[in-house]
Amino acid sequence: MPETTLADLAHEVRSKNAGPFWVTMELFMRDAEGYRIAADESFLNERVIAELYRVERSTVQLFRIPALNVVKISFPRPVSQGSLRDRDIHAGQHHVPLARLRIPGRAGSSTVS
Amino acid sequence: MHSQRVKSVRILSPSGMLGAGWDHATVERGIALGADVISIDGGSTDSGPYYLGTATPKTTAKAVARDLRSLLTAASGAGIPVIVGSCGTSGTDSGVDWVAGIAAEVMAEEGLDLKVARIYSEQDAADLKEHLDAGRIHPLPPLGELRAGTLESCTHIVGVMGHEPIVEALRAGAQVVFAGRATDTAVAAAYPLMVGMPAGPTWHAAKIVECGGQCTSNPRAGGVLATIDADGFTIEPLDPTVSCTPMSVAAHMLYETANPFEMREPDGTLDVRDARYTAVDDRIVRVEGSKFHVADQYTIKLEGARITGYETMSFSAVRDPVVLADIDAWADLMRTMIKQRVAETVGLADDEYAFDLRLYGHNAVLGDLEPESGPPREVGVMLLVNAPDQATATAVAKVANPLMLHLPTPGMDYLPSFAFATSPAEVERGAAYEFVLNHVVDCASPTSLFRTETGEKNRA
Repeated sequence: MPETTLADLAHEVRSKNAGPFWVTMELFMRDAEGYRIAADESFLNERVIAELYRVERSTVQLFRIPALNVVKISFPRPVSQGSLRDRDIHAGQHHVPLARLRIPGRAGSSTVS
Repeated sequence: MHSQRVKSVRILSPSGMLGAGWDHATVERGIALGADVISIDGGSTDSGPYYLGTATPKTTAKAVARDLRSLLTAASGAGIPVIVGSCGTSGTDSGVDWVAGIAAEVMAEEGLDLKVARIYSEQDAADLKEHLDAGRIHPLPPLGELRAGTLESCTHIVGVMGHEPIVEALRAGAQVVFAGRATDTAVAAAYPLMVGMPAGPTWHAAKIVECGGQCTSNPRAGGVLATIDADGFTIEPLDPTVSCTPMSVAAHMLYETANPFEMREPDGTLDVRDARYTAVDDRIVRVEGSKFHVADQYTIKLEGARITGYETMSFSAVRDPVVLADIDAWADLMRTMIKQRVAETVGLADDEYAFDLRLYGHNAVLGDLEPESGPPREVGVMLLVNAPDQATATAVAKVANPLMLHLPTPGMDYLPSFAFATSPAEVERGAAYEFVLNHVVDCASPTSLFRTETGEKNRA
């Protein structure tokens, strides 16, 4: 059975440059239950992000915003914007590894046959 | 009190960028709702360092002319000012002159006689070196201490102005302000701050309107109107069929900012931790509780770009399932073969040039971070070469050309032919750039790094 990912519980997951030297991402969770999972420190934390994106853990900033059911993550851009090895000038597609993060112990939420 | 006090200010933000286009009816509606000022951003670093490095605009003149015609005719009729920030994408001096020149043509065609101010924000490396030597330039993370050589290597450097130079131009009677590089927010904040609106609600409103309709239920349907008063601000879309909700407005505070609670401006920090978003009705939102903490030190942020080399691109494509089944090994072989052939023919060592081989359709966008695996249906193979000069970059791409056409996988005993997208296969991209400044200058005055000119541009 497929596992549930953060994207399954989110209205939108997005990423974008925050200036030329930072990338920022947001998980807009659908409801308080989805937020509770995304905001659970034992599941999603600076270490997990550092491993997912291969960046220094100490540079990862993680913000939990219960009023909006949002978890926001920022870290320095690993590749300089517009440089030879930058394949995402606006960093607009870098949310995907985060969105696909599997939530442990949950089966797929899809009931569509 | 007998002096006339302004109780509220209405900012009309037609779009997130001059040249993006909008329905002129939305601007007319904002005027009818009582707009006091029109503000719009003309640029950003978001599209990369090329635009600052070359001082060329991302937008096309016809689109800018069309948008200026919409704004200048509406504002002239209503007798309200128009403020454009970060002119010409990167806010270089030539970008300001480019937008001002287009505006002059539009005004001549429309018979408008408006007083124009141009605020220049480009910085001279030698002047900045004096600030550096005096210990007045500091890095912002993740960059380190600035070296004088970095300043000298930039083709263009701009200072990112706050609201003060714009306020000064408005106070001097400007009806239209074309500003060089400015914070996205300063453009919208200038007029309300000038007439005494509180800093917290003003800067917060300015952040919310800076992308036009991005904070609404339909970002493609035109801009927004923000009404700032002593206690907060309200925001509504210009299109009556579109809504702002507490969620859509609050969410925009997160957009393109590393920190969702604070935003630094030259003279202090916007703090929205205690902001409350409430629905006035089904399409208007009220925001209260935004604060602004004035900084001990006034700072101007610098942006600078320099040339990293010259690039040549080549693009081929693979559809053969035999190659696709082994695409990573094929790409590794390609990299090895390119280096070997370049060393043999052009005589370049590995550290004398660089290239990036990208497999679009496989893992080009995310590279090593790509979570999916499995053979793709087809793969676009982009070779991007960077070398100290254009001829060398193209020579490397040409040496790679037979490999991009015929390279077999390690297990094949025949020669495949791949699908080049264009002929010639090589595209010379010219100079490539990188941003190298993310530093602030301690300034004694908010206007000292900027220069304002009014009237006709002296063409002498």
